[in-house]
Amino acid sequence: MTLLLFNVFNGLIIGAFYALMALGLSLILNLSGVINFAHGGFLAIGGYLAYTLIPYLGFWGALVASPFLVAFIGIAVERVLIRPLYGRDPLYGLLLTFGLAFMIEDGTRFIWGAQSLPYQIPTWLSSPLSSEYFFLTGYRLFMMLLVATAVLGLFFILNYTRLGLRIRAGTLDLETVSVLGVNVRVLRNLNFGLGIYLAGLAGVLAVGMLGLEPTVGDNLIMPSFIAIIVGGLGSLPGTLAGGLLIGVASGVTSVYFPSASEAVMYVMMAAVLIVRPRGIFGEEGRF
Amino acid sequence: MPILDKRVANILVWILLLTAPFWLVGVGGYVELGSRVLIYALAAMALNFLLGYTGVLSFGHAAYFGLGGYGTAMIIKFVYPSTPLAMLVGIAVGTAAAAIVGPLIARLRGVYFAMCTIAFGQVFYYISFQWSSVTGGDDGLSAWTRQPINLGFTSLDLQNNNKSFYYFVLAVFAVSVGLMAFLLRSPFGRTLLAIRENERRARFLGIPVDRHIWMSWVISCFFVSIAGCLYALLSDFIDPRAIRWDQSGTFVIMTVLGGMRSFWGPLIGSAIYLVLQDYISSHTENWMSFIGLFFVLIVLFFPRGVLGIIRRKATT
Repeated sequence: MTLLLFNVFNGLIIGAFYALMALGLSLILNLSGVINFAHGGFLAIGGYLAYTLIPYLGFWGALVASPFLVAFIGIAVERVLIRPLYGRDPLYGLLLTFGLAFMIEDGTRFIWGAQSLPYQIPTWLSSPLSSEYFFLTGYRLFMMLLVATAVLGLFFILNYTRLGLRIRAGTLDLETVSVLGVNVRVLRNLNFGLGIYLAGLAGVLAVGMLGLEPTVGDNLIMPSFIAIIVGGLGSLPGTLAGGLLIGVASGVTSVYFPSASEAVMYVMMAAVLIVRPRGIFGEEGRF
Repeated sequence: MPILDKRVANILVWILLLTAPFWLVGVGGYVELGSRVLIYALAAMALNFLLGYTGVLSFGHAAYFGLGGYGTAMIIKFVYPSTPLAMLVGIAVGTAAAAIVGPLIARLRGVYFAMCTIAFGQVFYYISFQWSSVTGGDDGLSAWTRQPINLGFTSLDLQNNNKSFYYFVLAVFAVSVGLMAFLLRSPFGRTLLAIRENERRARFLGIPVDRHIWMSWVISCFFVSIAGCLYALLSDFIDPRAIRWDQSGTFVIMTVLGGMRSFWGPLIGSAIYLVLQDYISSHTENWMSFIGLFFVLIVLFFPRGVLGIIRRKATT
């Protein structure tokens, strides 16, 4: 029983990371029509920047500052590299971010080295809260809490601010939004930054658990794709649900068939595509 | 006025390919590089069948490439040491997998199609990676060698003679490419072009679009798994990296670099890409950055590819 609970909880945490990654990917995909292959790379940058900043700002300072720095990098990248691609075949966006992912992975390896770096979390956070539920460390609870806050914040921005209103409107019909006098270029730029911010945040949190390597984002990006497909393209609540769902499903599977924990995600994706190709919460006729 | 007459260009391509083992060494290359270029070119041309001629973007072709390779390697290593048998099995495995995945994705379009092909491609990556008792896991399948082919009157020594392996690859390449050209010229191929140009109109004409996309997908994966078989034979080795999504990206960039929608484009793209990669990776450890930069530069400044630019120059 404890083992099952442990794995459900573990699945939730991993699922929360998938969801955080997938939400950022989804935001960018909805408004820019670009599948950001470099998302895992930005995640790694977030982790490495936090690692570098800890001696100067402390754990908490780095935690706050690093995602913002990553978001600024993202905004600059959108301005210089992604913007020329709007209105062109989606193929080019894929290829460009693909190349970018290569460059980021190699760049982080060049700057910080290929070997895994130790990432210190405060000791009071890493000790278990109860002896029976040994897996319930403060850090894990804290991560869950922070991810939940981030997701709530995102939905608050989307639902109650002007920027969020425009992002949601742009997802439905960017042309009309543009005709109504909104600067679509700036909107896409900020939206890209927001998506990358989520990647950076996921990075800062994930490295405390997964360790710091140039390829840390690689294991998270495919599940994020699946989260989007399962949840439904164009629906952010769907993406969130998709991420948590596949996280828990692979956590539970790892109790009974440890080697199938990856496979179960793909089985779920196949099932969704057979029964409901637009995804669980996806809108009809979007793709 | 086209710069080169089509027939002249075709003859030129074949003469260059047929004589490659003799001039490659002279210009600083080696015969194995020639075989590699042909194998990747076949894979990229197979992708181009779907991307350039049907207008559907797959980012998961490496899966069927790798399955072809694994099928070949396993048959020779575990079952029976015969190159043709191994290739047949490899091709059958790759094509069957594509045929199964096909119906799940044939209804999807655009970015969504690309995303699902990537995700399904990764299924096979994980299988090859995890199931290490059969596939060798991360280490891949080694300690087997390609077998000589018995032609009845003579035996083709693929193992010790680079040149004879090159000509074997060239022969498979020629048959595959000929078949692709034949298919593209057939009514079926014309229908694919119609779907690419205007899917809605094609649908109004009563063309079962989804079924055609599925067929084009399976045909394309059939050819890519042939390339995968040859790839495994080339270095007597296959590992999960042959299946990973970066391999799919390589096929796409080769196609774009040479010029998608043109028949010989992927061959040119493959040659340029592999020569460049060969050169860069022998000079710096950070070759990944350069390859990434190469991707970015092509997309930003060179999106039509070599043949696309030549063609546009020719029309203006």
